[in-house]
Amino acid sequence: MPPLVAACSGCHPANGGDPMLPRLTGRNAGEIVAAMKAFRTGSRPATVMDRIAKGFTDGEIEAIAAWYAAQR
Amino acid sequence: MNPRTKTADARASRRDVLRGAAAATAAQWPLPAIAQSIPRVVVVGGGFGGASCARALRDSGASVSVTLVEARRVYTAPPLSNAVLGGLRPLAAQQFGYDKIAAAGVTVAHAAATAIDSPTRSVTLATGDKLSYDRLVLAPGIDLRFDTLPGYSEAVAAELPHAWTADGAQIELLQRQIESMDDGGLVAITVPANPARCPPGPYERASMIAYYLKNKKPRSKLVIIDAKEEFTMQSLFQNAWTALYPGMIEWAPPSKGGDIASIDVAKHEIDTDFDTYKFAVANVIPPQRAAKITALAGVADRTGWCPIDPVTFESLQQKNIHVIGDAAIAGAMPKSAFAASVEGKLCADAIIRLIGGKTPAASKLISNCYSLVGRDYAISTTGVYQPVSGEYVEVEGAGGVSPLAAPAAFRAEEAKLADAWFRTNTREIFG
Repeated sequence: MPPLVAACSGCHPANGGDPMLPRLTGRNAGEIVAAMKAFRTGSRPATVMDRIAKGFTDGEIEAIAAWYAAQR
Repeated sequence: MNPRTKTADARASRRDVLRGAAAATAAQWPLPAIAQSIPRVVVVGGGFGGASCARALRDSGASVSVTLVEARRVYTAPPLSNAVLGGLRPLAAQQFGYDKIAAAGVTVAHAAATAIDSPTRSVTLATGDKLSYDRLVLAPGIDLRFDTLPGYSEAVAAELPHAWTADGAQIELLQRQIESMDDGGLVAITVPANPARCPPGPYERASMIAYYLKNKKPRSKLVIIDAKEEFTMQSLFQNAWTALYPGMIEWAPPSKGGDIASIDVAKHEIDTDFDTYKFAVANVIPPQRAAKITALAGVADRTGWCPIDPVTFESLQQKNIHVIGDAAIAGAMPKSAFAASVEGKLCADAIIRLIGGKTPAASKLISNCYSLVGRDYAISTTGVYQPVSGEYVEVEGAGGVSPLAAPAAFRAEEAKLADAWFRTNTREIFG
């Protein structure tokens, strides 16, 4: 797990997960990137993801999404 | 040849390695005893930081031996434990063992670490056993400074609980006292200045005790005797108290209540400069510092906490010793379980890179902490942090707290997220 993903993995682990917290493993990278950008602009309503997404650059979001997408 | 020796020396070309490993080793590496052994990592402390780090080291697949040193056989997780006091959660839901961590390939030593000798890189256990390490991770959490409040001591804590460590008996004691007090009594909570473990924790605790009192002993009151003039999520907490527990919770910062002059366990009184509080139950949360083992290891500074390199978590005072979690000075990051768990993973990654002769990678890190203020009502404080000039600073424009105005559904969603984070992170670490 790359260090950047470690920051996310407390809620979005590589394996398993919780019905309350969307599973990112194996998900399409484009979907993850689009969701993060929408959280960042506020166009997608959120409880905490809007506050978190604002801390990451496009490049970081793309790297995180690519790693999750590549996991099975 | 083991995997470590392939990467340990950048001067060895891949062809050398493939052609004649044994001959190349003898010619190029003057310390074959070190080159041929599997690197040993010892982690002291089996909470959110240490257990997460041990698990991440093992799960990385790297050729390292991992030993976790933790005296307790049962860990009582502090996050959400205030809900036990509210009657909203059984204590058993907070408790975890180390069987799965051992099954994952971590050697678990259930003994206290009593000494660390950094020149010879060895940890002494209470059993007398010595563990040698190539890299040591200290994640021992906090010690309570019992000597700082006149009238309070470790012995008095058996009557006036702190309930501030991963110790189920202290939480049960506080719970029993609240359940057995008369309706109309006063619960006093004393709160230290920062830095301290879980800055919102005392106010979450006040909320959860008020939740219990409102339902079971509605004439009772609660006072928070605070060493601080302001606290995290203050408006969110105070608005919630007004709405949920009107007239029940008094907050007494130094300007209103004064500093604590003494605690009298026999009279059940806390004296401040201005007032005397006659309590039925007192929860005394003392000032804190990094646990004593950090001083013995020479990694704590005069503040009582441990300065670190934020990329590797290596001590600035001792080579080959890393400090994570509440014991570390992590800049703007709060002392939270959420942060400790991420630090454990980042520290594991840095150690594996260092052992492999690679450069550790700086990374951003998140802390996202929920506080329960009522049933189906939680608030949160969030930050994204990154190392800048040797310390963690908050990424500007990110993070913040829950909105001051929000519908009940939003608070309920945060309460569900608090549960979900706890389930997910504890399953990842202990499951």
